[in-house]
Order: sequence, then structure tokens, then C-alpha cells
Amino acid sequence: MALLEIRGVGKTYGVLRALDGVDVTVSAESFHGLIGPNGSGKSTLLKAIAGAHYATEGTIVFDGVDVTTATPAERSRRGLSLKFQITAVLPELSVYDNVLLAQQAHRTLWDLLRSRSRAELHDEVMGWLERFRLADRADDLAEELSHGQQQWLEIAMALTQRPKLLLLDEPTGGMSPEERRATGRLLEPIREHCALVIVEHDLDFVRDICDRLTVLDNGKVLDDGTVEEIQNSRKVQEVYTTRV
Amino acid sequence: MTEARETTRARIGALPIIEGAVLVGLLAVPHVTTDFQTIIATRMLLLAILAISFDLCWGYSGIMTFGQALFFGMSGYAAALLANKAGFVQLWGIAPVSMLVGLVSALVVGWFLLLGKRTPTIIFVALGTLTASYAAERLVAGWQWVGAANGMSVWDFLKIGSHELEPGPVFYYVILAFLLACYLGARWIVRSQLGLVLAGMRQNEERLAFLGYRVQRFKALVFAFAGMIAGLSGGLYAFHEGFIGPGSMGIGLSTYAVLYGLFGGVGTLVGAVVGVAAIETLAFTLSDVDALKPYWPVILGVIMLVVVAYRPTGLLGLVVSRRERIGSFGIGARARKARGDGAPARADRAPEPGE
Repeated sequence: MALLEIRGVGKTYGVLRALDGVDVTVSAESFHGLIGPNGSGKSTLLKAIAGAHYATEGTIVFDGVDVTTATPAERSRRGLSLKFQITAVLPELSVYDNVLLAQQAHRTLWDLLRSRSRAELHDEVMGWLERFRLADRADDLAEELSHGQQQWLEIAMALTQRPKLLLLDEPTGGMSPEERRATGRLLEPIREHCALVIVEHDLDFVRDICDRLTVLDNGKVLDDGTVEEIQNSRKVQEVYTTRV
Repeated sequence: MTEARETTRARIGALPIIEGAVLVGLLAVPHVTTDFQTIIATRMLLLAILAISFDLCWGYSGIMTFGQALFFGMSGYAAALLANKAGFVQLWGIAPVSMLVGLVSALVVGWFLLLGKRTPTIIFVALGTLTASYAAERLVAGWQWVGAANGMSVWDFLKIGSHELEPGPVFYYVILAFLLACYLGARWIVRSQLGLVLAGMRQNEERLAFLGYRVQRFKALVFAFAGMIAGLSGGLYAFHEGFIGPGSMGIGLSTYAVLYGLFGGVGTLVGAVVGVAAIETLAFTLSDVDALKPYWPVILGVIMLVVVAYRPTGLLGLVVSRRERIGSFGIGARARKARGDGAPARADRAPEPGE
């Protein structure tokens, strides 16, 4: 069953056509990679899905609801979570508070005011921190973490909301090879309850964790298929051997 | 500032000590000052409530408001009208009416400035509140029914039952009780889980929106609450001073509210109280020195400029760490340790393959 259906999505910046009639279907519980050369429109498409900017044409249907013009907060409440390309943890808050902030996002104002869920959410917050190997840094400020740890913290923040679809924009950017492998292992268990759309330049990483790939080039879908199909695609090989 | 010093300050917890010291000082004021000085101090308490309302907006929620005096003045006029036109001067009615007028006017301004389709910029909100404050000042200055440029005198004293509250020690303690209530209410908000949302909003609004928070609604709520307490101070101010005029809702007092907050130290609440006490005491002292009489506003302005320019965290920034200002919102490190959560050692390393 399709969790995300993107139909004929276009995005124009002035005279620049960043996306042009893009069709992508992401099924539930699948890991879907968006790859392509620099400037091919991967991050633009991801941002259009998350609501960071709006598509100028086409429709985006998530979990059966048209979210093309929904705000980021509305999309998040429907189960869509985004990890930014540039790490966007809250630097002056502790690691613990970053996760708590993500976890309490859908609580009512009255709940927040009374701080009723503080103790209730504690075990869950610590569980996520332990899972992402950050429990011993819980009281440190987020800005004191290494780049890789900040990436993990942001993924933890996105996952703590139990999204139906997680959007990851270059999650391993700036990570060491060891950290990349660890990130792959940290993501694997979420497959049971969450689909993933990932934009990533590290093709080995994408190949290892994704089920399907969509290749973008000049804002259009160049090819779409399983990892094996894409690896054997002549069109993709041509783009990657001549321009990347 | 070194990290070690930050950590030491965080452990000592400067804020509760300052809060305690300020409270003891405020309780003692009528016992150690003349009646005239107590009246001046009461005025400072009322301005401190206004300054706290600014701190809630800017220091905690990232709303740069240059119009807090609008809500102060609106309630001041409402209270004066109740007294002069309806003969109603009971505290039990004046206080809630003042709060209601402040709340409703802040909701209206907030609805226009914060709840539009596009996310407003800091400059837009600053100019919007400034314009609203200026427009209101001009409006009442030309409106004969509310005394136009002469303002309105309030001849009757505020009453609790049949007891008249003349400016003096009793009035001082009544206002101190209101200040404490506003302070504790504001403190409850900023230290609650809602306070965590505000702390996050101040750092990265966009991130909060992607987490599912309706950021502008939270801002509008805090703005309304701040308007409500600014209104309370305005209503009581009209009775304390026996007068309310266009200047009490204009950009002059609005700018003072900003300066009180910045001078004392935004994002601490108690900094607003310290800021009012420091600026008003300086102004009072300087204006009393014969040789300085013509120059005191200039001297005061230069002092404020130096502090705001070279110490953006205000006077309290000298003793309160950034970590302590922002606060911690979970169940607390001590409680976590008691539960056996979190390893004591730091692990800066990345996990090894196969770990």
C-alpha cells in the first residue's frame, strides 16, 4: 500500500525549474532512496514533502490525505518527520531536553503547562538516548556533541515522534566511515514501524539500507526501481559515469 | 567566560539566590525607607510587572515587542474611566478588569501581528507593536472624552471593602503581592514543559514547526499573557499615581520596558525587577543632584547604552550562566541519577563497528 504518492510535482524558483513533473511512490515500511547528481532536485523534493517549501504544481498525498499545501506542523502531526541536511538540534538545550522537546510535541497546551508528562516521558527519552548511544551525554548541551552525535540526536528526535514516514536529508554527511556504518545499524530496526525516504550522496550507504531507489536528474525522474534494477540501469550509469 | 566558570556558576545556582535576596530586599523596603521613598518604590514595583511582561515576550519567546506600554495604558485608562465615570474603585474589580483589558488588547494585536498566514519576522513584530503603541498614544491624546493630551486624574483611592488604599506602606505590600503573583505565574510558565517549547522557539522556530509545534500560536499565547500582566500593572498604576496620560501607553514607556529588561538581563525574570530598580534609582538619584539636573537623562542614556552594547545579557549576565538562564526541563539530573539512569563516564567516541 502506498504511504506517500507524489504526482506531477514541480517547483520553480524564478526562471529555474528545480523539479519538473516528478512522480514517486513510497510504500509503507520501505526504505526509499533519492539519489542523483548535485543540483538534481533531491533536497528540493524532500523539502516539498516535508513542507519546508511548497510545490508549485502537482500533488503530494500522504497516508491518504492531500498535504500539498499543509504546514510543516500539520504534516508532522500526520506522522511525517524530517531530519534536516544541516544539523538542526537546539544547541543551547541539553541533549535530554532536545529529545523531550520532540517527544512532547503533540501534547496539549494544558498538559505542557502542568508538566504532567515530564515523568511519564522520562523512560522513553532515556530509551531513545540509550539506543542512539547518547545516554551518558544526556546533561550536556547539544552543541557540545560531535557532528556525528548531533546527527544521531536529530534522528532520535525525529524517531521519538513515532512517525509513519521519516525523511532524512544526508544523514551521514560529515561522518566517519565507522559512524556511517553505525548509523545504518541504528536505522535498520525502525523498518518495523516506519518508512524512510533518504537523500544521500554515499551510494554504498544507500545501497546497503534501501529497498527502492528513485534517481533524479535536472529535476526529473531519470529512473525508479529496486536497488538491483538501478545498479543495472544504463541511463543511471550514463549519468553517473559522465557527470558525477 | 571559561567552561569551568560556567559549570561552577551552574552548580551554585545564582538565580535562586538572587531571587531570594531581591524578595528579602523588597519585603524590607517600607521598614528602611521614608514614606515618600516607599511611594517611589511602589511605582518601581508596578513598572517591574511591566518589565516582566517584556521579558516573557523577548527573553523567553523571541517576540520583540516595542509596545508593552499599549496594554499598560489601555488598562490604566479603563481603570480611570471606571473610577471617574462609574465611581467603581474596588480592588477586587479593578484588578481583573485591568487584566482583562490587557489580555483582550494583546490578543487583538497578537492576532494581527503573529497569526498571519506568513511567519512574521522580528522586525515586523517590533515595528507593528511600536506602531500600535504610537497610534494609541496619538488617539488618546486627541480624544477629549478621556482627557486628550491632559490625560485623566483619578481622585478616588483604590479600596478593599471600605478600607482606602492610600499610596504608602500598605499599598506597597498590596502591589508587592501582585508582583509576586505575576512573577510566580511567569516562572511557572517558563520552567514548565511549555517553557521548554519557548526555549526551543527562541533558538530555532523552524525546527519547532517541523516537530509539529504551532509556533505562532504559542507566541500569541505568551504575548496575550504578557499583555494581561502589563494591563494589571497599568490599572493599578493609574490609582497609585492618581493619573493616567497618553505617555503611559506610548513609545516612551514601551522603550523603557525594553531597557528595563535589557539592562537587568533578559531571560531571567528577576533581571526585569533588577533593571527597573537600577534604572529608576539611577534616574531618581541623578535628577536630585543640582549639578547634574540638566544632564541626568543624557548620563542615564549613556550608562544604559554602554550596558546594553557591551553586556547584552544585562547586569544579571555577570553572575548567571547561560546554562542556568535557559534551564533544564526534564525530571532533573539528580532524579535521573537516583533512578540509576545515565552512565557517569563521558563517551565522546563513535561506536565501533560491530558494537
